[in-house]
Amino acid sequence: MQPASTDLITSIMPIIDRWKQEEGPLLPILNGILREFGYVPREVIPTIADALNLSRADVYGVVSFYHDYRAEPTGRHVLKLCRAEACQSMGGDAVAERLQQLLGVRFGETSIDGSVTLEPVYCLGLCACAPSAMLDGEVIGRLDEAKAAEIAAEVRS
Amino acid sequence: MAVKIYIPRDSGAIALGANQVARAIECELEVRGIEATIVRNGSRGLYWLEPMVEVETENGRVAYGPVKPSDVSSLFDHNLTSGGSSPHPLLLGRPEDLPFLARQTRLTFARCGITNPVSLEDYEAHGGLRGLRNALALTPEQIVEQVTESGLRGRGGAGFPTGIKWKTVLDARGPQKYIICNADEGDSGTFADRMIMEGDPFVLIEGMIIAAIAVGATRGYIYLRSEYPYAETVLNQAIEVARNAGVLGPSVLGSGHAFELQVRMGAGAYVCGEETALLDSLEGKRGMVRAKPPLPAHEGFLGRPTVINNVISLASVPIIMDRGATFYKDFGMGRSRGTIPIQIAGNVKHGGLFEAAFGLTLGEIVEDIGGGTATGRPVRAVQVGGPLGAYFPPSLFDTPFDYEAFAAKDGLIGHAGIVVFDDSVDMLKQARFAMEFCAVESCGKCTPCRIGSTRGVEVLDRLADGVEPERQLEIVTDLCNTMKFGSLCALGGFTPYPVMSAITHFPEDFRPAPLRQAAE
Repeated sequence: MQPASTDLITSIMPIIDRWKQEEGPLLPILNGILREFGYVPREVIPTIADALNLSRADVYGVVSFYHDYRAEPTGRHVLKLCRAEACQSMGGDAVAERLQQLLGVRFGETSIDGSVTLEPVYCLGLCACAPSAMLDGEVIGRLDEAKAAEIAAEVRS
Repeated sequence: MAVKIYIPRDSGAIALGANQVARAIECELEVRGIEATIVRNGSRGLYWLEPMVEVETENGRVAYGPVKPSDVSSLFDHNLTSGGSSPHPLLLGRPEDLPFLARQTRLTFARCGITNPVSLEDYEAHGGLRGLRNALALTPEQIVEQVTESGLRGRGGAGFPTGIKWKTVLDARGPQKYIICNADEGDSGTFADRMIMEGDPFVLIEGMIIAAIAVGATRGYIYLRSEYPYAETVLNQAIEVARNAGVLGPSVLGSGHAFELQVRMGAGAYVCGEETALLDSLEGKRGMVRAKPPLPAHEGFLGRPTVINNVISLASVPIIMDRGATFYKDFGMGRSRGTIPIQIAGNVKHGGLFEAAFGLTLGEIVEDIGGGTATGRPVRAVQVGGPLGAYFPPSLFDTPFDYEAFAAKDGLIGHAGIVVFDDSVDMLKQARFAMEFCAVESCGKCTPCRIGSTRGVEVLDRLADGVEPERQLEIVTDLCNTMKFGSLCALGGFTPYPVMSAITHFPEDFRPAPLRQAAE
């Protein structure tokens, strides 16, 4: 594992210090880093492990368990598309196929121009206005061909 | 009286454009020089009418919906702010008179969509904190007795009696006890937790405080899934307001009882909705399911006595303490007492939240209340209880909504989410998805779930390819049996429900490929 740069450590220390004394601090710390960077650089693991008196393996085990803790930076936009049953029942698969074509990426990929990362999500709780998606944290309901085209245009601009 | 305009801040309404509507209304008010207050309320749960805008004048509230930003100007032309004296095509009338709302029994959701979610004054003006005040006058034993007497069962899916859980924690000894709210609402087709957290967060906070006083806990956490960032914002605002008002903190309403509450975010792991995996996650570990015993009530968060309840279970406590156990218990049927917020979702005309006493039949919910499919095609299957719930065909629509009645038909109520599918659904694909989902989300601790789900996908793929189909059906049935009885938790244990119900009720979709093609 690559040692973290001084800059990286400087920027994560306030997050670690905020949570270190709390009960169960690891997830809030990782969530804080995720918010700050958009991913969890694996170089931060030794620093967190030291601060919480855990082994690196323990921290790595946690980081690798949760879907949210991506190892790589995302594109400029992150599009999460719901793939669960309620969205399937409203033609979610077809919309997903269309968006993959329009964006030129498959699920889990970032487009070559770095404009967008496409991720599957299993339920946004918008099941009465399916199919649904989340673009950069903003929710979108009743996705259809037209809205898919709008999304594609927005992330490309 | 200044006119109040209500525009929901519920994420379902926002997903349909509520924020744009709010901006358009603000602009229009300014342009026309009209004085009005905009209140961002929760949703009433009629999602086919969202964004639903309500205007409050001397004559009460009138609703309009679904409103698009482009409708706003014409709404004002039709005297929106004076109660719609010249009717607009989007005018719905008094919201309470809408049949979808008029037919409900709103106890837990009494305020949702009516009040400003982060106004404690609004909350109290609509009956909030009465349950807590009543509880403060009782002994812990009496509170637990009330909750037990009400017949409230865990609304997260397991249906375990809430009062018994509380009694166990009350009787447990430990240096520190915790109240943990399971807000990891990951089941597709469910959004009741999200709605109440976004629309009436104080009712959850009040329920948690009552639980704390009942069992002697002084700390609480709401474990919220990361897919719900809007709920996080509302909850944190509400907690701040409650703390400043002395509802939370070192002395709850001056009673001397301390209770501190924090929201903790998950990180995208479905299995963390399982209570023991949730506890591990909250402790900062991988969300691995624990073997029980020990029960969380004895050794829960950090090994200490812990009440862990679903959002709706906790949010149902204030009304019980306010109106009494008997009041609540008088609703419902059999051993399913009180009301249940049913979430009608998927391919359905009138999707939304419908709180009613237990006992409605599935057919009433889907056909009468839901109005059939959104696509207008016939209903073919209805999945009840999330990704781990069974698929029901219309021939079982006479099943009453009741824990035991659903169990008798090899199904479960779960968190009361209902996903409707029309006749274009391929049940083999749905069965495969159930296995695939289990494989993706398995914590990996027990073999039946970890390996069984992956094998399940393979077997169903072979079936789809027409490789020894009869044999594949035998294998998948046997596999489901192993998963059902051999898994540590409901993820592996209940995945057989959607798979086996699809095979049992829709055998035509599992016939060998040539036959399926011939049939089409």
